[in-house]
Amino acid sequence: MQLIRATIITLALLPLPAAAAVLPDDRADLMYHYYDGGGVTIDGPSVLVRKKFAEKYAASASYYVDMISSASIDVITTASPYTEERTQYGVGFEYLRNKVTYSATFSNSSENDYEADTATLAISQDMFGDLTSVSLFFTRGWDDVTRRGDATFADEIDRRIYGVDISQVATKNMVLGLSYETITEEGFLNNPYRQVRYVDPDAAVGYSFEPERYPRTRTGNALSLRARYFLPYRAAIQGDYRFYTDTWDILAHTAEVSYTHPLDEEWTFDVRYRFYTQDAAEFYSDLFPRSDFQNFLARDKELSAMTSHTLGFGVAYEFKSPRMSFLSRSSLSLRYDRMRFEYDDFRDISTTGFAPGTEPFYSFDADVIRFFFSGWF
Amino acid sequence: MRAARSAALLLLAAAACGCSRVEPWVKPYERENIADPIMAWDRDPVSSSYIRHVYEAREGARGALGASGGGCGCN
Repeated sequence: MQLIRATIITLALLPLPAAAAVLPDDRADLMYHYYDGGGVTIDGPSVLVRKKFAEKYAASASYYVDMISSASIDVITTASPYTEERTQYGVGFEYLRNKVTYSATFSNSSENDYEADTATLAISQDMFGDLTSVSLFFTRGWDDVTRRGDATFADEIDRRIYGVDISQVATKNMVLGLSYETITEEGFLNNPYRQVRYVDPDAAVGYSFEPERYPRTRTGNALSLRARYFLPYRAAIQGDYRFYTDTWDILAHTAEVSYTHPLDEEWTFDVRYRFYTQDAAEFYSDLFPRSDFQNFLARDKELSAMTSHTLGFGVAYEFKSPRMSFLSRSSLSLRYDRMRFEYDDFRDISTTGFAPGTEPFYSFDADVIRFFFSGWF
Repeated sequence: MRAARSAALLLLAAAACGCSRVEPWVKPYERENIADPIMAWDRDPVSSSYIRHVYEAREGARGALGASGGGCGCN
């Protein structure tokens, strides 16, 4: 549910080529992804194939599956563990004319209680002696939200995303990037299953639950800056920073540093550290003073004040196999990320022996693995 | 919305400046290092779009993560 909406936004924000005057190489990727953290396990395949035609047209197709098994803190405290599957298809088309690339993409994502269609139009142009690449895009999304076991409930989300992305060669060893995006959403933005808790003196544990209730609109703005530097012994270091704020009063900072180190012609090693922090949404509370306390109510930990840390490692091995002579080169890559999520206002109510509102704050660790084969043809 | 319009206007202004020929300060023959594959913003779009999805499902912020170099709109 929440995963699918995040996916829609993620995929909508992707389709901008970094170098507009050349279409991407013909390439196929086959990936297995695995996530395990906070009682949730998600894994599945992901496939992407793209192919150029006459050096000025390119087409791409993708397929992605999430197999979800959830016994998260929300689920074990207010519902029952469940399993479900989400499938996503995507197609894209690009046209290169002189220094301008036009692109259009469409994707569909479906789950048994959520269906989403997303379309994006983008234009990219190289300018100033090809030192600058500017991209603009517009995305429109249409989601249908339903609820398992409740045939009377159906609602929608209408999403629009406006974005600009600039990549700038600053020196012969450094590239700079700047991105700005506005995301507006209108419709049923909360999770139809999630509950908020409120003080209830009549309940044995001292609190009860009621459905959460969000505003029907949300507009967010994100601005990011990044710099990548080529080190003299052939390695690269990158720094990223993002500022985000929205009409729900969430204000967030994201910072990341990463380092890439090639070894011989075959091996490439990556290491990165990412830090994220955010304030709570205006209508969020871990424990409301009473039932129906205010117009809007949320206890989604994603809207709580929180921080996260990630330490990531990657290794890629490039090779050419005589058995796959149709590929000009191939690579096998493994990436592992260790994440920690810490909540400043979301309490672990699976613990016992605490008065309501004094339980320890919740936190969890997650392991994320990506293993993929890439072939260029 | 308003900010997006301002961004579009800025872009148009930048494009108009393009008519008056800016001399590239990094010459084409000096771009060997930045053309190295290790300098790509995103070497593996399938992999990086997945990890962005992992964050967006668990954090309040989203967007402005830059070009991913794929033109695929895939996840």
